[in-house]
Amino acid sequence: MSFISYLINGISLGSVYAIIALGYTMVYGIAKMLNFAHGDIIMVGGYVVLTATAAMGMPPMLGILAAVIVCTVLGVTIERVAYRPLRNAASSLAVLITAIGVSYLLQNVALLLFGADTKSFTSVVSIPAVTLAGGDLTITGETMVTIAACIIIMAGLTLFINKSKAGQAMLAVSEDKGAAQLMGINVNGTIALTFAIGSALAAIASVLLCSAYPSLTPYTGAMPGIKAFVAAVFGGIGSIPGAMIGGILLGVIEILGKAYISSQMADAIVFAVLIVVLLVKPTGILGKQVQEKV
Amino acid sequence: MKKFKQAAAFIMAASMVVASLAGCGDKSAETSAETTAETAGESGSTSAAGGVFKIGGIGPTTGGAAVYGQAVKNAMELAAEEINAAGGINGAQVEIQFEDDEHDPEKAVNAYNSLKDWGMQMLVGTVTSGPCTAVVEKTFEDNMFHLTPSGSAVESIQHENAFRVCFSDPNQGVASAQYIGEHALASKVAVIYDSSDVYSSGIYEKFATEAKNQSFEIVAAEAFTADNKTDFSVQLQKAKDGGAELVFLPIYYTEASLILQQAKTMGFAPKFFGCDGLDGILAVEGFDTALAEGVMLLTPFAADAEDEMTKKFVGTFTEKYGDIPNQFAADAYDAMYTVKAAVEKAGLTPDMSVSDLCEGMKTAMTEVTVEGLTGTITWTADGEPSKDPKAVVITDGAYKAM
Repeated sequence: MSFISYLINGISLGSVYAIIALGYTMVYGIAKMLNFAHGDIIMVGGYVVLTATAAMGMPPMLGILAAVIVCTVLGVTIERVAYRPLRNAASSLAVLITAIGVSYLLQNVALLLFGADTKSFTSVVSIPAVTLAGGDLTITGETMVTIAACIIIMAGLTLFINKSKAGQAMLAVSEDKGAAQLMGINVNGTIALTFAIGSALAAIASVLLCSAYPSLTPYTGAMPGIKAFVAAVFGGIGSIPGAMIGGILLGVIEILGKAYISSQMADAIVFAVLIVVLLVKPTGILGKQVQEKV
Repeated sequence: MKKFKQAAAFIMAASMVVASLAGCGDKSAETSAETTAETAGESGSTSAAGGVFKIGGIGPTTGGAAVYGQAVKNAMELAAEEINAAGGINGAQVEIQFEDDEHDPEKAVNAYNSLKDWGMQMLVGTVTSGPCTAVVEKTFEDNMFHLTPSGSAVESIQHENAFRVCFSDPNQGVASAQYIGEHALASKVAVIYDSSDVYSSGIYEKFATEAKNQSFEIVAAEAFTADNKTDFSVQLQKAKDGGAELVFLPIYYTEASLILQQAKTMGFAPKFFGCDGLDGILAVEGFDTALAEGVMLLTPFAADAEDEMTKKFVGTFTEKYGDIPNQFAADAYDAMYTVKAAVEKAGLTPDMSVSDLCEGMKTAMTEVTVEGLTGTITWTADGEPSKDPKAVVITDGAYKAM
């Protein structure tokens, strides 16, 4: 019974990684850059929800909406101010370094505004936990909401990419930026839209992350951000189903590794698996098969 | 020569920047200096020797362990004011300067250097173990007397110039195991500890060794690391599967608050037992204190104790700073009076050099007996205190002596 419990916890943790990884993978697929500030946008989202619900007394749904709006605006602004001017720079390293700079900037601004003290986050999920098998197995409301959110987001994104005009534009830009521009696609607008979607997903991830693990510091986003990046590479960076599979596998491996191998080696196990996967299949699990790269 | 001049100019410029930053950042340090000056003025005519003992303090007043640093800082200031009002130490006034280290060894060394620039003669600090272990190397080099209120790692006072007020980690581990065994709190015990932290793993190792001599067995010993400290579902599940009636948490309060929360959501309700690192859990912003109900802590200080000294300390502290002092405040308060006792024993004066003061203190520390808030304390030459352990249980959001 504890195996099932570990598995559910792993899928829940992995679903959060997956939602964060979607942001990484979309931006990489379209703008061909690694947005290292993605994890810190999650942290900002967490503080927005906390401020809105705890300090201003808004209902949780409004708090989440506020976080989505703030993160979207922040993501688009960062893209416009820090990344777009460097897009045609001689070295693609320039924009990578800028992304790391933005990451530290966000952390330190949060440190200044909110202080380094840990804030305890009140869960916005009000669904009660379900107890199965006579109390041996407990599935929390947060777990159910996280997994459901993950499935809905993946389905929604896939539909959006394949069916909508903006989604088709994203596909075109990801395949060939120059050709897309010649065909009359607004490349800058499409990339900005990608950042907007990625950042909105980060806001949702922040709510799920902080509800499941209710502590918030300016560094909250850093480690999940790195793990999600690993998940994106694991699944095949640029691929939406890949980010999903990578995220969930990573979460499950982490929890099962902790449970059955060694609780202090959890991260070492995760990264060892990553190395093995990349040695065997350098493009990640779904790196090649998928045609729609976004 | 020119190079030397340039270097000197640079150092002076740098220290001016540091001084001006310190001036605008550290408001309370200014106020404490003012109070010192005032009281010095009042008692100036009565004191024969005069002069000022400059005592530095280092600890996290921001960051994850801020509750500790703030408590130590406040208690040191309180003790200094009392000592000054009562005529000082050997007729000399006490001046306190406290620097923030954010619980970071590197920043602690920087803080130590800026305190030396200020003219520190003795160090009461640092508050947490990791930074203390870094700073003790520096105080040993400078032969400066070093008394940490709460740096509990063995290495934190590894040199002969360093002493501490609190129990060491091994002592806490042994004392916890004995307490659980002697009071028959549980027969099956699980441990969740931070294997990347010297404080936590130090306590765990001694606890595990001592547990063999006790009437309980350890059914699960699960670790986590600094990079993986949000999800404790596996550790708790293993404790639950092992049938643990008590979970021992030799960790800091930030992670403990998450563990309590996650234990509740998974419907696991054992007894929880921790060390001084759990002290501060009730002060986490937004934390539901009902979760900590029944948590036991091995701590030498309970704010609700009935003796005169504790009542007076808690009263003044609460009035001045608006919250109930924790164990760290008590340790720091005792540390200040320990300094006073040892200085008086050795007959030291502020005009002596840092090194001479240290030599005098080293001998005096092993001779004094301090009747402190945290018990009657004596010291051995290796810097370890000797006093009785006490435990408290959290009831209705406050500590109650057990």
